[in-house]
Amino acid sequence: MWKRDEAVRPASGQPTAAPQPPAPAQVGAAVPRPAETGNRLETGSRLEKDIVNIGKSVVIKGELNGSEDLTIEGHVEGTIQLRDNVLTIGPNGRIKAQVFAKAVIVLGEVTGNVTASDKVDIRDNGSVDGDIVSPRVAIAEGAHFRGSVDMQRKGGSEKGPKQAASQGAASQQQPQPAGAPQRVGA
Amino acid sequence: MGLLDRLAPRKSETDAPVPGPSAPAVDPVFGTKALRKFLSCLTSRELPVLIDVGPVVGSNVTFFGEQLGCKIFVEDIFADVDRHVRDGKLAALPAFLKKRFPQGSGGVDGILCWDLVDYLDRPAAQELAAELTRVLRPEGALLGFFGTAQPRDTRYTKFIIVDEMNLKHRSYPAARGRQAILLNRDIIRLFAGLRVTDSFLLQNNLREILFRKPA
Repeated sequence: MWKRDEAVRPASGQPTAAPQPPAPAQVGAAVPRPAETGNRLETGSRLEKDIVNIGKSVVIKGELNGSEDLTIEGHVEGTIQLRDNVLTIGPNGRIKAQVFAKAVIVLGEVTGNVTASDKVDIRDNGSVDGDIVSPRVAIAEGAHFRGSVDMQRKGGSEKGPKQAASQGAASQQQPQPAGAPQRVGA
Repeated sequence: MGLLDRLAPRKSETDAPVPGPSAPAVDPVFGTKALRKFLSCLTSRELPVLIDVGPVVGSNVTFFGEQLGCKIFVEDIFADVDRHVRDGKLAALPAFLKKRFPQGSGGVDGILCWDLVDYLDRPAAQELAAELTRVLRPEGALLGFFGTAQPRDTRYTKFIIVDEMNLKHRSYPAARGRQAILLNRDIIRLFAGLRVTDSFLLQNNLREILFRKPA
């Protein structure tokens, strides 16, 4: 027991350097994992997720493609394509673009059409001016939306119109609270 | 039981949620007779197109989009009315409404008009009715609510679909209140291009009227 404690203690007697916080992410690059210097850090790095973040001060005009989940807090104009990934528009994010993604979570402002193969989620204070095409759409109380919503029906899970109508709406889906956890990492 | 146990609050006291000042008020739920008929008009069509002139309600969008397969256009005319009131440009509202709907003529299967007409002046109501009639396809349906009492509070109502027989009424602040109580004959004249197929007077003093556009 005593030997194990000595092994953890640094040989020079000086305190072990604290693990460095991850460096700020580059656009289009994953956050680098910290050096694996010990069991604890190794375990921590396994738990970390790759996060790609476009910061508040970043302005992008043009086409944005990627194969990782992405959070945008800055301004983007043009086209955003994350066909197999989640796009999160943060509270400070301002988007004037056509958006194509697997899932889109909106906490900021989007002007343009949004197409998602899985889900579009407009959270409280989120705003979308444009047409949404997605099989699932959730719009929270307090969100702003102007445009059209087209939910393509998926075969096999369809219900008869009469049956569906009698099941009600409010019980089917409640808007998620603004503070609901969201997946940002890959 | 020791002294500390007696001093400690009972479990039921600590676990019980204390409603704070920000706790949301419970929205009243009222029955509806016309919604079911409106839905039956929609479901008779393949991939129906729907216009909702009210504020966006997430669960309604889910209901119409996910459950009924509608394509929904959310056109919040209440917000437009508020903006015109705030800007002092109410006189321009009829002209605005004339160009407000980008949908082509006869391209819409159903319109949720809710109680919007009650909040409009006569010229604006006439323009709105003409535009909604234009975009509605033959045999398409329009659901409108009309008050029978003159409430003085300046609030709009969000109608949240609970099921086909019940609507939750959630009020929210408006820039101005209802403008007039329309008689049945006024409503019929207003929507002269449509015919009334069903009319219900509910216990909450709301008239529900279902219109269809003649083929």
